[in-house]
Amino acid sequence: MASLGKNVLTAKGVTKTYQMGDVEVRALQDVDAQLREREFLVLLGASGSGKSTLLNILGGLDSATSGQVHFRDTDLSYAGDSELTQYRRRHVGFVFQFYNLIPSLTAKENVALVTEIADDPLDPAEALELVGLGERVDHFPAQLSGGEQQRVAIARAVAKRPSILLCDEPTGALDFQTGLIVLQVIERINRELGAATAVITHNAPIAAMADRVITLSDGRVTTNVVNESRKAPEELSW
Amino acid sequence: MTSLHTKLWRDLNSLKGQVLTIALVVACGIASYVTMRSTWSSLYESKDTYFEKYRFADVFASLKRAPESLVPSVEAIPGVSRAYSRVVQMATVPIPELTEVARAYLVSLPANREPALNGVYLRSGRLPRLGTDTEAVVVESFAKAHGLMPGDSIPVVINGKLRDVRIVGVGLSPEYVFLGGMGDFVPDDKQIAALWIQRDVLAPAFEMAGAFNDLAIDLQPGADEKAVMRQLDLLLEPYGGLGAISRHKQISNFLLESELAGLDQNATVVPAIFLAVAAFLLNIVLSRLILLQRQQIAALKALGYSTLSVTFHYLQLAFVIVALGSILGLLLGAWLGGALTELYAGYFRFPTLVFRVSADVAFVGVGVSFLAAGVGAIASVLQVTRLSPAEAMRPAAPARYRRGLLDRLGIAWIFGVSSMMVMRELRRRPIRLALSSLGIAAAVGIMVVGRFGSDSMDNLIDVIFHKEQRGDLTVAFLQPQPIGAEHELEMLPGVLDAEGVRMVPVRFSSGPRWRESVVTGMPTPARLRGLIDRNGVEATLPTKGLAMSAKLAEILSVKVGDEVEAEVREGKRPRVTLPVATLIDDSFGLQAYMNIDDLHRRLGQELSISLVQLKVDPDGLDELRRRLKQMPAVAQVTIKSVVVERFKGQSAETMRIMTFLLSLFGAIIAIGVVYNNARVSLSMRARDLASLRVLGFSQREVSSILLGELAVQMIVGIPIGLVLGQYWCQALMNTNDPETYRFAVHVSTASYAFATVVAMGAAVVSALLVRRKLSRQDLIEVLKTRE
Repeated sequence: MASLGKNVLTAKGVTKTYQMGDVEVRALQDVDAQLREREFLVLLGASGSGKSTLLNILGGLDSATSGQVHFRDTDLSYAGDSELTQYRRRHVGFVFQFYNLIPSLTAKENVALVTEIADDPLDPAEALELVGLGERVDHFPAQLSGGEQQRVAIARAVAKRPSILLCDEPTGALDFQTGLIVLQVIERINRELGAATAVITHNAPIAAMADRVITLSDGRVTTNVVNESRKAPEELSW
Repeated sequence: MTSLHTKLWRDLNSLKGQVLTIALVVACGIASYVTMRSTWSSLYESKDTYFEKYRFADVFASLKRAPESLVPSVEAIPGVSRAYSRVVQMATVPIPELTEVARAYLVSLPANREPALNGVYLRSGRLPRLGTDTEAVVVESFAKAHGLMPGDSIPVVINGKLRDVRIVGVGLSPEYVFLGGMGDFVPDDKQIAALWIQRDVLAPAFEMAGAFNDLAIDLQPGADEKAVMRQLDLLLEPYGGLGAISRHKQISNFLLESELAGLDQNATVVPAIFLAVAAFLLNIVLSRLILLQRQQIAALKALGYSTLSVTFHYLQLAFVIVALGSILGLLLGAWLGGALTELYAGYFRFPTLVFRVSADVAFVGVGVSFLAAGVGAIASVLQVTRLSPAEAMRPAAPARYRRGLLDRLGIAWIFGVSSMMVMRELRRRPIRLALSSLGIAAAVGIMVVGRFGSDSMDNLIDVIFHKEQRGDLTVAFLQPQPIGAEHELEMLPGVLDAEGVRMVPVRFSSGPRWRESVVTGMPTPARLRGLIDRNGVEATLPTKGLAMSAKLAEILSVKVGDEVEAEVREGKRPRVTLPVATLIDDSFGLQAYMNIDDLHRRLGQELSISLVQLKVDPDGLDELRRRLKQMPAVAQVTIKSVVVERFKGQSAETMRIMTFLLSLFGAIIAIGVVYNNARVSLSMRARDLASLRVLGFSQREVSSILLGELAVQMIVGIPIGLVLGQYWCQALMNTNDPETYRFAVHVSTASYAFATVVAMGAAVVSALLVRRKLSRQDLIEVLKTRE
């Protein structure tokens, strides 16, 4: 187990309700969660359990209806649009299930989107090298496989040297082999760059590579378990 | 270049067709604004500088004859700053090469000094001097038409005596910016001249030594013009005053100002239509693009781009389109404005008329376009950029469709599923249907307006030259002639019929209201002269009493059965009371007609005629023209076919250009609306349509669903456009002074058909382009795309 530091992110009593068409959905109810420095956290839960909602709130993509969220000593609970934007810009790297690359930009340009607005970024080529895509920098998303696209997304997320790396079902759209490569890349980033990493998945075996696993069900935290030891991605199977 | 800029260029590139069609609509808006506003300001500034520098008078008055000693009394009228007395007369110029004699205004110039008002701008030569020869400055248009230069001589019949007049200068004057004869619709530079001659030469020739018959008056700042004119009329009454007119009503300036007023109005209305359409198109295209890029927007925000920078990124897309349109529009506007100004220079003569596009016109044109684009774009951009990134990341909720009337009636099945899809889509977006139809309506309306000029001209020619004037030739006398002159003309070889009429200038008054007019005395029934109302229907002239323009009756506040005072403005200037027998809702001027015998009886005069209409044998025309030229009493011979030809010739070119440009503009709007709508529908419904293809629908059936929407827009838009066109034509007509022109808007069926066909053509071209796009779509790719 890696030596873990203080909390980078702290959520306390977070509740989120929103309107979906004519229905009011209670996505999170009174959730407490933490992410520590250099930690690899897995958020486990079935579809609709509220894990994406929690990740979005932790990453400043959404605000809680009630409860508190702190990034280090900064209270994000009542932060406005521009404060959340600054928070995401400086500290958070996102990886999404469907990659969310800009189709009209090449791999390198997609990474440059971030490096242009970050304070002390990696070089886009360097970031792509880090995810093993040094050869494919000038390809458009449509010319890349799913796994490659996800690795571009990871390069884009880490290029700003984020304090936090948030990954929403990063292997959800990928086959086992490709998913494995993606997990290896994420694990390496966590190890080498020391970014506190939270990975959402509905895929229980992946939890074995985490320092800690939080399980969500119906918008509530059901378990919060520290693993004795972390498994390497290649030891996993699903 | 940042990555966002790279994305911007690539997005623009993928939207090429839409970018181009919208940029063209913007270009039309800016071009029409720059063309008209710059031409307007060029004309306006030229006019102002010219009038100021050459001291164009504020008030004009013609009279029979008054002693020079009256001038101080005129200057004593409160508000008058300066009165400048002149001798102004008409003369004929029998230039040998012309079949008809030309006419000239002879205007006196003071000895050895500049005229106090209405100065003469010398293009070449010098002002006349006293000497053995009769020297004159000739107006530039006439000099050019005949190739006259200082040193040349022309024959002029001055008060019945033929004189050789030596040209010493070529010039222009603010009172002849537009130089035409009485009743000329289009000036013929060869036939009408102005000659400035020393008063010491001119006055004795008309027995005007120590006297004057024309006054130009300069008012003090803030003077009450109407009060001055009233006092002036009273003062000049005993001297045969013909009624003072203001600078505004001075014929040359009146035509110039009417033209400027029309330009001024169009320079606002026409560009506004284009920019409204452009704003709408940008709105629908951006709305769709943004919906498609919803997830990209979410990603950008997740990466730390602010709402402002994402909003600005999409606004930039609109602004690039407007910038492209602006460049095209400014270039086109500068070119068209130059051409339009040149066209005006053929009608309105200024010492210098230089077209230039001023920075503020360009700035306003481009600025307003950006504003319109911003308004069109901002709503759709904010719709998505306002969302929290987490919400934007989720696909938009499925569109809500509702069952319509046909479903409820249970007869929807009659139309088939494809038609139902079309109808539900339209029902879901009624505002888009309404705006698209309005866009198409605007296109159709603009084309109707484009053809309106030609239609009006044809209508005018038909009314004036076929229904009203039924003779082939009109002979006007210098002075009213005894009725015997009619028989004299009838006896000439080649004349088939002759009919004389008497024109009596009068001032009608009823209570405090008055207007200048002319009573035309004609036989009842007249063979060669018709009274035609606005709808082209012939009115009957009563044997007793006046038939007058309904507008004149309205101004005088009189009705049939009432009486009006008529003060004759010639000869012994009798005052008579005339009964109003009938009103004619006619198309132009403030006219009055009477039976010729009744008119003379009431005036207490012997029967006489001022002009004669002739019907002639075409073979004998040349001989007849030669004979008429030798008759000293004849002031002017007008050959109808020549006038019609000249009228058509001069207007036709302008009309053709106008029709072409407005049709082009209309087509650009139609293509812009239809093409963009179709592209947006295609992109919005790509999945539906691909699903249908997979289910086994043919290419044709799928296209019909997509194009069905466009067909409905056309079917709704075209009739509205035809009505809108008619309405715009009426609005254009209303810019005319109602006392001068009141033409009923007459748009030919051919014009309606033309506008409809061009709009449909534009729609078909757009539909084919989109259909091609549809047939090239990769079904699997489309279905795979996550939405």
